[in-house]
Amino acid sequence: MRAMSDKTIHVDSFDARRYTDEVALGDLTDELISTDVWTDQMLAARGIPVVDVPLVTVGGGIGSFVLADYLRIAGMPTSSIAVLSVLDRPWQTYQYLTQVSQIPAGERLRSDSASTPGNIWGFPSYAFREAATEKTLAPIWNVLTEPILCDYWTPKAGQVFAELQREADRIGWWRMVVNGQVRMTRRRAEGGYFTILTTSEGRGRSRRIAYRSTYVHLAVGYPGLRFLPDLQKYRQKYQDYARVVNAYEPHEQVYEELRRRPGTVVVRGGGIVASRVLQRLVDDRDNHGAQTDIVHLFRTYYDKAHGPNIFMRRKGGNGWAYQGFNWPKSAWGGQVRASLESLEGADRKAVYDVLGGTNTPHRKLWIRQLKRGRREGWYRTVVGTVTEVRPTDDGRVMTMIRGSEGPDFEQQSDFIIDATGLEADIREHRVMADLLDHSGAGRNPLGRLDVERTFEVRGTRSASGRMYASGSATLGGYFAGVDTFLGLQYAALHIADDLARTGFCNRIGTRASIRHWWKWMRNESI
Amino acid sequence: MTPTFFGRIQTRIVMILTVGVLATLVITPFIPMDRAPGVSHLDALPESYAITYSALAIVLVLGVVLWEPLYHFLQQFRWEKDWPALFGLLTGINEGILTYYVLMWIGPKPTDVGIPVSGFIIDFAFVWLAIFVFVNGPMRVVTLRWRFRGGRLL
Repeated sequence: MRAMSDKTIHVDSFDARRYTDEVALGDLTDELISTDVWTDQMLAARGIPVVDVPLVTVGGGIGSFVLADYLRIAGMPTSSIAVLSVLDRPWQTYQYLTQVSQIPAGERLRSDSASTPGNIWGFPSYAFREAATEKTLAPIWNVLTEPILCDYWTPKAGQVFAELQREADRIGWWRMVVNGQVRMTRRRAEGGYFTILTTSEGRGRSRRIAYRSTYVHLAVGYPGLRFLPDLQKYRQKYQDYARVVNAYEPHEQVYEELRRRPGTVVVRGGGIVASRVLQRLVDDRDNHGAQTDIVHLFRTYYDKAHGPNIFMRRKGGNGWAYQGFNWPKSAWGGQVRASLESLEGADRKAVYDVLGGTNTPHRKLWIRQLKRGRREGWYRTVVGTVTEVRPTDDGRVMTMIRGSEGPDFEQQSDFIIDATGLEADIREHRVMADLLDHSGAGRNPLGRLDVERTFEVRGTRSASGRMYASGSATLGGYFAGVDTFLGLQYAALHIADDLARTGFCNRIGTRASIRHWWKWMRNESI
Repeated sequence: MTPTFFGRIQTRIVMILTVGVLATLVITPFIPMDRAPGVSHLDALPESYAITYSALAIVLVLGVVLWEPLYHFLQQFRWEKDWPALFGLLTGINEGILTYYVLMWIGPKPTDVGIPVSGFIIDFAFVWLAIFVFVNGPMRVVTLRWRFRGGRLL
């Protein structure tokens, strides 16, 4: 835990003897929970210790990290920032999710060479750094000629984690982290916010601490995974969690069993995770002699380029929609960004609808693998909507499919891997739900957290206090690429600039940028 | 790069006036010349600079009125609305050719001061590459917000 010196901790009317005698004291009460705006007195009366810090960032993942990076470079001392987090490392959740969805550290992500969450400039880019460490010009040639002569170059997951570790050490990240679970953030009557952190005191005892801050940043990541309704129904009804799995949960046993004996697997989804899962299945066939038959179920099948008009046409083929990254490249800084930024409500949603849709990057390896699979008969695609999934008498699973262009049909398999990657509603996250219910936050046209162009959460201002949010929870706002490395940097820069306008930190101008870049190059601690 | 129209125009103007001016200053003395007997390279330097800076001015003007609008139009056919680095490099060929002809047409003519076509190519390629390299990397250090604003500086 971060050192809570006498200077930063204010324990108002806090009676240690009463705290130990009465279990309830020091905890939240129904009255507090039902009151939207809290006063200092309310917390004091409950004996909840209060820690003062100018800015709190909730989450402690890559979203919090990137903001802290900008703010440290903008001159904020570590003592002005508290990172409230259950994570040991900012990249912990990301690493977990990439690993289970078949991207171990040595594999490549779906991220641009200049999207560098541990370097606010994107320079030198990952491709140049890989070229330098591995003494080869190949990555540079790749970024020079992509995506015309070759597919996009993307960094290995391990390179990103190593960079984050280096930058975390450099900016004093570890000094800012306070371990614990955030329960809620509420507006403070006197201005600013209270963020309630539940920390573990050991021996199963927990303790509530209120962080009193002028600014709050929420970067809580995915509220949770959402299963396809038919698969959810199947799992609940038949209590079978082994044959029907989600690609974002550990499912190594599926690959292990398919290596031991021949089997059929249904893969659902047309996104990058489906591509990864298919690669794993094919690699296991090639390298471990697995005899797996793959049935790939698309709900929407693209056999060619598609889109509303000649100026809005995305490539496609063999079922897939092809796109280098999560969004068209200009969503991070070009035409798409500019157009979204000017749109409200239904107009904005309409652009999201055109640009969205599941897609995967065009990669030669994957295309070759699946082409071979089609030729040799162990990979085939089917199109339709699943109506029901049920177990068969011989211990397999049966998928009933309503064909989109033909009759209904059934597909038996040993496993179903759901690679659709649906995300749960933001309300599934307790902090978000509390925010919607008590702090004036609302939803954007896509139903997620409504933020301003500055990433301030609309409706939550508290006197001079401001609350910001970045990441997946804000999808649907004026900026599309929120759930990406570069998007987190985009958000962090806008938040840092907004904070600079309030006088909280310096605006990173040209001179500071160059000076700090040089420090970054020399790995000089700040 | 993912430029917007005004980002293209602004980036071109600023790059030519900074990196372009500097690169031209550096390369001009090293351009191979067909010198008349008795005329040293140094003597011809003022005329050489007149040529190379005129070329730079033409790149700026043609860029703003012709090339950038054309590139922006072509960009609309791309789903990503991006302008790959390779395009940024290869458009130096068409721009170089047109710049040379315009220079020969309105003058000062490179051939008049003894700059052969190869000399022009060396000048143009050097300046083009200098801007290309700068835009694709160090620019992001000098202007932190540039890449998020479609190349706009204002």
